[in-house]
Amino acid sequence: MATSLQDFVEKIKAENAGWVLDVKDALGEVTITVPREAISDICVFLKEDQAFDMLADLCGSDRGPEDDPRFEVNYHLFSTHHYSRLRLKVLLSEDDATVPTVTNIWKTANWHERETYDLVGVIFDGHPDLRRILLPSDFDGHALRKDYPLRGYEPYSLN
Amino acid sequence: MSTGVDTIQANYDAIDRPLESEMTLSMGPQHPSTHGVLRLELKLDGEMVVRAIPDIGYLHTGMEKLFEYKKYQQGIVITDRMDYLNPLGNNLAYVMAAEKLLGLEIPERAQVIRVLMCELQRIASHMVWFGTSCLDMGAMTPFWFTFKEREKILNIIESASGGRMTPSYFRIGGLMMDLPAGFENRVKQFLENFPDALETFDTLITGNPIWHNRTKGVGVISREDAIDWGLTGPCLRGNGVELDLRRHNPYSGYETYDFEIPTEPDGDVWSRFLVRMRELRESHKIVRQALERLKPGPTKADAPKVVLPDRDDMRKHMDSLIHHFLIVAEGFNVPEGEVYHAIEASKGELGVYMKSNGGPKPERVHFRGPSFVNLSALPTMAEGEMIADTVAIIGSLDIVLGEIDR
Repeated sequence: MATSLQDFVEKIKAENAGWVLDVKDALGEVTITVPREAISDICVFLKEDQAFDMLADLCGSDRGPEDDPRFEVNYHLFSTHHYSRLRLKVLLSEDDATVPTVTNIWKTANWHERETYDLVGVIFDGHPDLRRILLPSDFDGHALRKDYPLRGYEPYSLN
Repeated sequence: MSTGVDTIQANYDAIDRPLESEMTLSMGPQHPSTHGVLRLELKLDGEMVVRAIPDIGYLHTGMEKLFEYKKYQQGIVITDRMDYLNPLGNNLAYVMAAEKLLGLEIPERAQVIRVLMCELQRIASHMVWFGTSCLDMGAMTPFWFTFKEREKILNIIESASGGRMTPSYFRIGGLMMDLPAGFENRVKQFLENFPDALETFDTLITGNPIWHNRTKGVGVISREDAIDWGLTGPCLRGNGVELDLRRHNPYSGYETYDFEIPTEPDGDVWSRFLVRMRELRESHKIVRQALERLKPGPTKADAPKVVLPDRDDMRKHMDSLIHHFLIVAEGFNVPEGEVYHAIEASKGELGVYMKSNGGPKPERVHFRGPSFVNLSALPTMAEGEMIADTVAIIGSLDIVLGEIDR
């Protein structure tokens, strides 16, 4: 991937120049930062044209309440044909932490997105069943945010 | 985890009208064949599953949050407790992600020992899967034989690391310590006897017509769906997809070992069963090769600011003592960056996303557990099957709830 990275990015840009905000090649991994409006389109393109047919992982991350954009959503793509990996990154600000869902592209995104919503509090627009998955449905707050205290706001009880 | 009143009400409504054919059954979280604390909400038409909704989170302990509050080397012990049947695999994924960020070179002997231990652990993990999935379907005998073999492996792991279920044997930069005296003989003895055990399993189960009836054509998932749902490991290879990260994204020198990737075409419980049974033989082969390659040498990387010094060195050298104090008291700083490192664990792709902001504690650690993803495909496999087959399908997915809930 590393040798043909330039070509690869050119290919994506030729498809739509607005899809790529930033490209990083570090530690043998390629990260492409994508504007959130384009995430569905670029995923469809990568799946159909570049054979990235598996979404290996999707996870959210919080940079801390002082940072803007505050949230990151990372899409780790994998190909069962050429076995290479690619990371897409979407940056979100705190007051509008919404990103279009990719469940219509990969079914496996369903639980990953629910987990990200549950723990980080990112809303996935168009998700068919956006409920909490690991924490109880009446849980207060999002546990993996940096401003969420390690021991919680108050002792949680099932009553 | 939904503890919604609506669900409970719906359950009661179904019980109120028992003569109608549809009912909702809450299976688990205490049901023994759900392998831990998984709850399934099953919508049944007679004995047929119309809809299956997995409900997870009963074991959630906030491990990913905990990582952010622990130094890098302290995180290793947390990983043991995720997939508790494959702790060395978890250790490996975690330490390799940190090593990638640090840019450490791991010495040859440490690499070989890692491969050896991971393959032994894979056999132990498959032993639990084999025993319990037979138990789920009413065959009690294999359980005793498989746990006997597993016990032998756990004793070997204990002799090296001091822990049976929670070894924490792999450390950032190498191993906790070198192998103890007599280790190789213990492994050799195990390797000699293991093929006999495999033959026993085949006699008991593989050729058993009842087993064939229970597994063939049950829980089928198509090849396209399997990739779409992100299945990995034996579950995906049971669909005829030849994908093994040990071969296709090699790490720890796996590319130099001679082994095959077993695949089966049908995508049912039987295929997944056969793939795992054949994998046991491949792991046996890899352990044998690793044992032959075991040459004396260092087991820790040459990075005094990251790797704890030997006890003996600390008594003789001032700088070793200082390094030891600094690593334990303050930890070590890891350069800024992010990695996603995936290994082939016994259940599939175990990925670790690790992000560092330059300090001694990670900013974010995320585990992509193979059980989590494989379980999410359960409704696709179970819908349209009988309720008794749901148990067989859960067994064939080989899930560990500790990893799913984290």
